[in-house]
Amino acid sequence: MSTKIRIKSLNGWFGEKQVLKDINLDIEENSITAIIGPSGCGKTTLIRCINRMHEVTPGARVEGSVLLDEQDIYKEDPVKVRERIGMVFQRPNPFPTMSVLENAVAGLKLKGIRNRKLLAEKAEEVIKAVGLWDEVKNELNKPGTSLSGGQQQRLCIARALAVEPEVLLMDEPASALDPVSTMRLEDLIYELKKEYTIVIVTHNMQQAARVSDYTAFLYMGELIEYSNTKELFERPKNDLTERYISGRFG
Amino acid sequence: MEKFRIFTAVFALSLTALAMLLLTQLIISSLPVMETFGFRFVIESVWDPVKEVFGALPFIYGTLVTSFIALLIAVPLSIGAAVFLTQYISPKLSYVLSFLIEIIAAIPSVVIGLWGIFVLIPFIREEVGPFLIEYLGFIPVFQGPVYGPSILTGALILTIMIVPIITSMTKDAINTVPILQREGMIALGATRWEVITKVTLPYARPGIIGGVMLGLGRAIGETMAITMVIGNAPEIPASLLAPGDTLASVIANQFSEATSALHESALIELGLILFIITIVINICARLILRREVARG
Ligand SMILES: Nc1ncnc2c1ncn2[C@@H]1O[C@H](COP(=O)(O)OP(=O)(O)O)[C@@H](O)[C@H]1O
Ligand SMILES: [Mg+2]
Repeated sequence: MSTKIRIKSLNGWFGEKQVLKDINLDIEENSITAIIGPSGCGKTTLIRCINRMHEVTPGARVEGSVLLDEQDIYKEDPVKVRERIGMVFQRPNPFPTMSVLENAVAGLKLKGIRNRKLLAEKAEEVIKAVGLWDEVKNELNKPGTSLSGGQQQRLCIARALAVEPEVLLMDEPASALDPVSTMRLEDLIYELKKEYTIVIVTHNMQQAARVSDYTAFLYMGELIEYSNTKELFERPKNDLTERYISGRFG
Repeated sequence: MEKFRIFTAVFALSLTALAMLLLTQLIISSLPVMETFGFRFVIESVWDPVKEVFGALPFIYGTLVTSFIALLIAVPLSIGAAVFLTQYISPKLSYVLSFLIEIIAAIPSVVIGLWGIFVLIPFIREEVGPFLIEYLGFIPVFQGPVYGPSILTGALILTIMIVPIITSMTKDAINTVPILQREGMIALGATRWEVITKVTLPYARPGIIGGVMLGLGRAIGETMAITMVIGNAPEIPASLLAPGDTLASVIANQFSEATSALHESALIELGLILFIITIVINICARLILRREVARG
């Protein structure tokens, strides 16, 4: 096991308001790391700092560093960084003007791949990888938005995988889904860790306990506790963590 | 509640009735010309009120060609301006610049016509015309001589008048694109430009098409400004640098001094044709938009 991502003294702001305070966090390769904490504590902001999406918001600012394989992503081209670190959003966001197939390979087209056969093959590969193929193989030319919510979210994961990232960031990917779709999505995430390093934000503690290897507890922009998931849930060291996971606030 | 419904129904029906009435009036008043010339009226290219020969083709040609050229220039210009205003500069600066662009739309068309006479016509005569003839003169549409007033001048005046409309509608359409859509593309490793071409503009397409159609409607119906710069010649010139005329413009120019009842009737039939063209454009716009919405 080695460290894939090293977050060092990371601070994040929206305008004057500081929402991340001196975060230090090492993320293991080929593992699932969950970020939990009450709503508004900075989970989304933290994950968005890992692929330089935070700075896309007007007025947003970051200080500190995020090392990917020991290279500081804040010293590199953000476009290249985002090719190596994919992201799945809280609500499914397939592109309505593109078909299911075009959605799956939208990122590949950005890389200049035009060969239709190659694109179709890659689309099939990633749609199969997210377990969606049997459901959509006859609807590949329909708009991406014609699928159900759970299918759309898996299509968005397929879309991220097609770019062949090393890391996959997921911001509460199941929050807009029904329980059955959520279970399927969790199974999928578990499968994916064989090939990817995964960071998942969730406000659902059962979900964090079910799928993740490591868990980070964030509170008001500060990293309160970070350890192996089992340990964090069974023997929390910090009083705040204990209160949070036992459901006494948040 | 019931009263209110009857009230609104009366209004809706009376508006429809008014449109139908207008159409019937136009048809009735055009009957003398229809009886004399029949379908030849729309394919004949001689317009001579003195000899009482009336063919509408030069005006149909002038209207369609000036509007088409105006769109050809205005659409890319407006989309470019809208993208610049919404994606590349601060909201404050965008607000100021947008305000300046929208002011153009508020200038009375006769004032734009005056500007056309004193600025645009000399500019065409001394700069644009000679340039086009020298470098593109081998194409028949850019052959001389250049007097200033011309189909091209008319088209440029229309361009100036429709750019603000299309820009403003395109801006509104772009502003409705959800952030989540754009971020979805950014997260895949798209550059700013790729986000614009692959997500923002495709998503905004129905709204942009709406803006283009509105601009086209305005261009086709525009009367005052174009009358002042197009040269008012009832001809179908091979060159865009030669004078021409449009449906709206000839009606405005000749109606008050119509030489005979037949002349007057011919002008009314031109009005009918103009009316039909605008209705057809509106129907096309609706069909395109319906297809777009079904697709999206
Ligand atoms: N676009 C924004 N502009 C200003 N403040 C924001 C914005 N997005 C989030 N915030 C604030 O930043 C803090 C952290 O938000 P976020 O990272 O979304 O929290 P979480 O994902 O844990 O719910 C919150 O206090 C929130 O109000
Ligand atoms: Mg969040």
